[in-house]
Amino acid sequence: MIHDTLNICEESEQVDGDSSLPMVAQDDDRKNMKEIALHLLDLAENSISAHANAVRIDVREDFRVNQLTASVEDNGDGMTEEVVRQVVDPFYTSRTERKVGLGIPLFKASAEACHGAMKISSRPGSGTKVEATFQHSHIDRMPLGDLPSTVLALVLTHPEVHWVFQYTFNPPYKGSVRTFEFDDQPVKDALQDVPLTHPDVITFIRSSLEEGIAQARK
Amino acid sequence: MPAVKSLEDLKRIREEALKKREIKTTESRVQIIVGMGTPGIAAGARDTLKEFLNCIEEKGLTDITIRQTGSFGLDAMEPVVKIIIGNAAPVTYGKVTPYAARQIVELHVLRGKVVEANLIPAEAK
Repeated sequence: MIHDTLNICEESEQVDGDSSLPMVAQDDDRKNMKEIALHLLDLAENSISAHANAVRIDVREDFRVNQLTASVEDNGDGMTEEVVRQVVDPFYTSRTERKVGLGIPLFKASAEACHGAMKISSRPGSGTKVEATFQHSHIDRMPLGDLPSTVLALVLTHPEVHWVFQYTFNPPYKGSVRTFEFDDQPVKDALQDVPLTHPDVITFIRSSLEEGIAQARK
Repeated sequence: MPAVKSLEDLKRIREEALKKREIKTTESRVQIIVGMGTPGIAAGARDTLKEFLNCIEEKGLTDITIRQTGSFGLDAMEPVVKIIIGNAAPVTYGKVTPYAARQIVELHVLRGKVVEANLIPAEAK
């Protein structure tokens, strides 16, 4: 299905030569969007476009039920049922400058190709939650990718937004569920007027994320 | 540098920054704006941003703000990056790979020389 979607895009690009079509349809880019962490970044940017000031990103690797779940939840504008339906359609964008592009349909197609699904819960005025599930062991499942870089990019470039990132690991067989949570509010409180882009702060946030995720996986 | 992880470490960073007067009430001298719409992300904008952050960390640069914006409307040129230094006119770069990002920091941000190879001419914007 994902290939069908992409093929349609390529054909239409050839036909009308519309240079405003997203470059996702090109070979190189197709490779580059194959990371769950990049899709999470894309979804979070949608949340920003929808004027959210609090965004929560959850990633859960559950080996007991062989499932990987990734979600982004925001307190932004939200959407009506009709808009939600249109958002999952590759040829729909809510605005001419394409605030919501091919990201969601591509992510949905990837989930469905791995015995998973995508669920969008949204209501105008009360935000949106987009959740994708994958069969963890599925051969076609894209890798999680560089989660720390995605979170770091979001936290540093949108200091006005309250970010919470949670990573949960449920190991196979024995052992308890382990969770790592990064909440940027205490960091901002401790820093006060020191900018998040201060070199030592970048190092701090990056290593907190990397070590936190590694600890949960141990 | 030892690993820093607790909020105590952040307080230490803050005290250090205060001592070195690295806290600015005014806007930073340099602004780096990375296009992070879907086309930008698909073309590698996150890794470009990551390289800018690596440069800031390595070189200890304290007068830079990094921001992001949606699509610049220059999809074929993604990743697109805009550099604003002081009161100078903004300079827009296209196809900014991590390698190009490092060049932009070393030549443009630190030495004031525009990186011609990645420059998007004004008429294309």
